[in-house]
Amino acid sequence: MATIDAGAATGRIVIYRHSLLVRLSHWVNVFCMTVLLFSGLQIFNAHPALYWGQYGADNDPSFISMEAVEDGDKAKGLTRVGSLTFDTTGFLGLSEVDGEASARGFPDWLTIPSYQDLATGRRWHFFFAWLFVINGFIYLAYGLFSRHLRRDILPAGSELAPAHIGHEIVNHARLRFPKGAEARHYNTLQKLTYAAVIFLLLPLMILTGLTMSPGFNAVAPWLLDVFGGRQSARTIHFLTAFSLTAFVVVHVAMVILSGVFNNLRSMITGYYAIEQEDRQ
Amino acid sequence: MSRIITRRRFLIGATMTASALGLSGCDAIVESDRTKSVLKIAEGFSMKTQRFLLGDDALAREFTEADLSPVFRANGTSMPDNPQYLDWMNRQFSTWKLEVGGLVDKPMQLSLAELKALPARTQITRHDCVEGWSAIGKWTGVPLGALLKAVGLKPEARYIVFHCADEYEKTLDGSGWYYESIDLVDAFHPQTILAHTMNGRDLEIAHGAPLRLRVERQLGYKQAKYLTRIEAVADLGRLYGGGGGFWEDRGYEWYAGI
Repeated sequence: MATIDAGAATGRIVIYRHSLLVRLSHWVNVFCMTVLLFSGLQIFNAHPALYWGQYGADNDPSFISMEAVEDGDKAKGLTRVGSLTFDTTGFLGLSEVDGEASARGFPDWLTIPSYQDLATGRRWHFFFAWLFVINGFIYLAYGLFSRHLRRDILPAGSELAPAHIGHEIVNHARLRFPKGAEARHYNTLQKLTYAAVIFLLLPLMILTGLTMSPGFNAVAPWLLDVFGGRQSARTIHFLTAFSLTAFVVVHVAMVILSGVFNNLRSMITGYYAIEQEDRQ
Repeated sequence: MSRIITRRRFLIGATMTASALGLSGCDAIVESDRTKSVLKIAEGFSMKTQRFLLGDDALAREFTEADLSPVFRANGTSMPDNPQYLDWMNRQFSTWKLEVGGLVDKPMQLSLAELKALPARTQITRHDCVEGWSAIGKWTGVPLGALLKAVGLKPEARYIVFHCADEYEKTLDGSGWYYESIDLVDAFHPQTILAHTMNGRDLEIAHGAPLRLRVERQLGYKQAKYLTRIEAVADLGRLYGGGGGFWEDRGYEWYAGI
């Protein structure tokens, strides 16, 4: 990382933190994952129930489902997770479309397109899935070649010491972010989280997605064995999407809490300012 | 596929309820023809990639009796209501015939008894609806490839079209009859069969009696039911909506391997 010395007097230096390719692939990824999530929820809405195993349809036991049911002269939206049932009227199972209560898994403000249209949802999903995969491969190739992954993402052995991680968790919880030399690289929690997203969650999304394809099943039948069947793969696809969404929420929260302007600038221009250590 | 709501149906519904079609900005992008043509690139990409990886003969997973769905969900039309079909049904399909024609050397007509007398293949496979659910069933039927060899395809034949006895969407111009099409790679695939038997019994009405297509490396809407006529054609543009199938004419991918 190149350093631009803004002068020790200000107590602040600016470093070049993110290469052009990392910045580009980050924003392409943001766009792809946004479209993939919302078009994915459109696809989910065509059959808002999840199963485990090779098969699963209306007459088979599901372990997550959303449905609209009659409740006197009104309708309710119910979400079932295992043996628990939640009243999610207005959000899941039943929500308003143009002022009228409609039976749908996720509400119209979370789907592409907003109205029920599986065919279009699929077109968007698969187009952006391709873009996402190509972008991901470019990032990985660059990351290996430039040593970005080794240098910036994978934690060093010493960083994985329980005491070190414990110390970071405490600092994180207190919203005390690193300064000086420590701010030049990702801390261990960041590294572990990004590594989990890059090497676990995103590949899991792609592989479970492919396992739902009858054509790809013929190419790689072993994927059915890995995930325990097409319906299991569909369920894992959904849960992993949920995990990624949770990651994004925390990620954005941390971006805001640790200096939204500085963080955004670094992911747009590459330049990131770090505070010098307090010299008390 | 009763629960699939096409954009067209949505628009009709929206107009009928006289609700304001206030499309949001996002939906305006979704509706644009340019957007649609760009998104279509993905279908060709998926098909070429899968075909490249598949080769022509990679098989869909076959399961065992123990894996059969206790209840195989019927979808789409479950009871065709046209008089011709009802007549066939009332005579236990003894008067029904499958026509095989188009770009072939020796057009043929086969009764159900004749089809059942032909060498058959039995396979336990998973049926994947485009909506997301799956069911496993055991199918017995005539390999399509053997039938096509018997009638002899003309060199210009590129696609096999399946005409069906169910009018799934009632329209004035007759564009709502169910039909499907596959290319010759899938037509000659060993698991592509014309199934007359399901789970060891005659195919039920709800599952497409007397004959349905099984093309196992693609989604459920390709598995045309209530077959009446098989036609070899050079291109799909002149049939119905030109998309090569009922759902394809309503926005779904012709290549349904994903």
